[in-house]
Amino acid sequence: MDREGTAGRDDGRGEGRDGPEGPTSSVTLRVNGTVHALRLDNRTTLLDALREHLDLTGAKKGCDHGQCGACTVLVGGRRVNSCLLLAVACDEPVTTVEGLARDGRLHPLQEAFVARDALQCGYCTPGQICSAVALLDEAAAGHPSHVTPPHAARAEGAADLTRDEIRERMSGNLCRCGAYPHIVDAVADAHRETVR
Amino acid sequence: MCPPPTPPGPAAGADVERRDARHKVTGTARYAAEHTPPGCLHAAPVPATVARGRVTAVHADEVLRLPGVHAVLSHENAPRLGEPDDPTLAVLQNDRVPHRGWYVALVVADTPENARAAADALRIEYAPEEHDAGPADGHPRLYTPEEANGGHPAVRERGDFDAAFATAAVHVDATYTLTALHNHPMEPHASTAWWTGGDLTVHDSNQGSTTVRNVLAELFAVPRERVTVAAAHVGGGFGSKGTPRPQVVLAVMAARHTGRPVKLALPRRHLPAVVGHRAPTVQRVRIGADAHGVIRALAHDVTTQTSTVKEFVEQAAVPARVMYTSPHSRTTHRVVALDVPTPSWMRAPGEASGMYALEAAMDELAAATGLDPVELRLRNEPDREPDSGRPFSSRNLAGCLREGARLFGWEDRDPRPGVRRSGDRLTGTGVASATYPYLVGPSTATAHAAPDGTHVVRLNATDIGTGARTVLAQIAADALRAPLDSVRVEIGSSALPDAPLAGGSSGTSSWGWAVHRACTTLAERLRTLTGPLPPEGLTVRADTAQEAGKESPYARHAFGAHFAEVEVDAVTGEVRVRRLLGVFAAGRILNPRTARSQLIGGMTMGIGMALTEGSTLDTRSGEFVERDLASYHVPVNADVPSLEAHWLDEEDPHLNPMGSKGIGEIGIVGTAAAVANAVHHAVGVRLRDLPLTPDRLLPHLHGLPDRQG
Repeated sequence: MDREGTAGRDDGRGEGRDGPEGPTSSVTLRVNGTVHALRLDNRTTLLDALREHLDLTGAKKGCDHGQCGACTVLVGGRRVNSCLLLAVACDEPVTTVEGLARDGRLHPLQEAFVARDALQCGYCTPGQICSAVALLDEAAAGHPSHVTPPHAARAEGAADLTRDEIRERMSGNLCRCGAYPHIVDAVADAHRETVR
Repeated sequence: MCPPPTPPGPAAGADVERRDARHKVTGTARYAAEHTPPGCLHAAPVPATVARGRVTAVHADEVLRLPGVHAVLSHENAPRLGEPDDPTLAVLQNDRVPHRGWYVALVVADTPENARAAADALRIEYAPEEHDAGPADGHPRLYTPEEANGGHPAVRERGDFDAAFATAAVHVDATYTLTALHNHPMEPHASTAWWTGGDLTVHDSNQGSTTVRNVLAELFAVPRERVTVAAAHVGGGFGSKGTPRPQVVLAVMAARHTGRPVKLALPRRHLPAVVGHRAPTVQRVRIGADAHGVIRALAHDVTTQTSTVKEFVEQAAVPARVMYTSPHSRTTHRVVALDVPTPSWMRAPGEASGMYALEAAMDELAAATGLDPVELRLRNEPDREPDSGRPFSSRNLAGCLREGARLFGWEDRDPRPGVRRSGDRLTGTGVASATYPYLVGPSTATAHAAPDGTHVVRLNATDIGTGARTVLAQIAADALRAPLDSVRVEIGSSALPDAPLAGGSSGTSSWGWAVHRACTTLAERLRTLTGPLPPEGLTVRADTAQEAGKESPYARHAFGAHFAEVEVDAVTGEVRVRRLLGVFAAGRILNPRTARSQLIGGMTMGIGMALTEGSTLDTRSGEFVERDLASYHVPVNADVPSLEAHWLDEEDPHLNPMGSKGIGEIGIVGTAAAVANAVHHAVGVRLRDLPLTPDRLLPHLHGLPDRQG
């Protein structure tokens, strides 16, 4: 593992410290390819570290309890609720919605969300998109879901991303505006794009 | 009289990409809590833990010693406010606790972690008093209010309901209940506020920041021109952000008290108690009809509750004044003030709840008369609005029902309930009508032409996800007869020309009218201009106070029809929606892309209302039990299968220059009834209490015929 991409709690003087501000640790976060050395309250979640310390406000705080998915980011390529992960425990590279575009070009999922109007208020959107990015990887790796038929779950190769599969796999991300059918369209479009 | 709609230009009705979509998918659109001025502090509010009583001690000294804590505000030291029109905003002004969850203190600290820890640690002592949290039904203190929400009279009577009902050939007399429902926009209410000398700047999550500015100016006794409230992006509201909420008052107070910028984002679990909700209702509907199903007598009696802080009564009996032939009618609302959180607007207040009961009762009438539910509704189409006697400016309910039936494949339906079973699955279909009033309010706007050929439209509209930025640009482009990409739209700040809120499905009509006026006037000025534009360009201001505020001689409503197909698991009692199809007649649709999104969004919330969303007010503790998203179940993606929204072309000359009616709310109206009616068709049992969760179905699923096929 790339040590730069890990969180360290050592500032050369031991495992964190209790200052007048309470217990803090020095934390190295690698976010969207940039390394950030921070001193953080041990209670700081990855979500608050991104939003309040790195000014990366793409990941949203909808519930702060891991119940809505608005804070979804990629950690080590896997989707996580960043409100449930303490920053000091985050030892893999983080990708947020701000880090998905490449060379000024939107990620195919971002393009698909725009094209399908898969958003309204936009507050769940970064989480939906990060979730969908991981979903496509999970499906490509053949991970089954709750709705995968048993024979398909045992089969080799990529999962068959039907609309039911997309709906199921996107159900950890709430959207109160009700953009779900358009989100399914967008994920299906991006999936076609990536497997082509 | 309204000006008739102008012929549409190339932009109106065009399938135009949402203007802020790219900001939203890249995470660069900033919401209220995403501004951090230098030196910004974080505030955490403290909710009361008794249902009624007084605060007798706030042990601020204990938490002021904790790391990073800058201040503790309570009624003992908080800035005194002017008297608000909305008493839910009078926070920390006295020691009274009117309901559990009412804010009694605010902790301000250097970090969110320290603020939250200190708020949790703050010891508050109370003198609790005996409380009364209902239930409302049968409560001895029920009374008839003067008015229900929207200024509707609480009681209306026509003819002689009792006599006509007694002598009718066919009767329906049924009582329906809805639990409290919560708006739960994805962005919890949040504000970031700071004072610069006597000037106040706030980023606030709301549906209309002109009102928020005006209210803050009153409360803090500063001139309006020294207050700026911005709401550039708002993460949904659904009514709960239609009025200023306590968080903005608390943030401004804390900023004044500390002299620093303060950020305050409400925790999700606080929302049910402090930002309004749809109050629970008990609705009795009685319909007496002749043998052909034509309604002779219709009564809709609504019982609900409000808080002791403020009277709010959902106008749930009002749709019965609009929908069907009813020569003898009585529609009433009764309410009781309890020691509970204050209800308020939630998407289609009145229509969403009232049309559940009325449209479920219509389904019962169809069964009682042996008529097809679509045919029954067609037989009860009135020539004029029954209550007011006014002609409709346009009414295409019949068209929606017919087109919906055609698209859904309704004609092959076997009307018998409880007979379609395949394995453990029972299936059924249901229909219900939808309605929502056309509302419009005065707005101002400016339109500017620059020498380089670009245009700027400015007004304080709010885009809470509706696509306001986009559709206002379309309206402007057509009125200017200019290309769409020559128009920039600036909205979302009280520093812009005053405009009404995004609410009552009135935003596009209200704002659009002012934009249209400003742009047509500007286009006229440009046409008559001799010589080049001056370097500073040309600006025109419009104010629609005259025309948009006028009473109309017409009854103006949008209509629609929902068709649902459900599947009920006979073993688990789980209901799944298989298909939901809506057809709407809502005037001219200005952007089909954003319109479809709003309509399916409303329908999705209707699925939640029918099947998953339920809230329990624990009368012993006086609080809502389901306070988070793990216990209050808003629909998820897997709950929403095939969902289609269609609309009819509707030309209505009695609305506004765009010919638009409003589409933000009608999607949720009637949806729950269509689903519930389909559940009856599937199971053969009439369940009148929403949501239709498995525990409510299970007792009725035993003894059903054995599996077939």
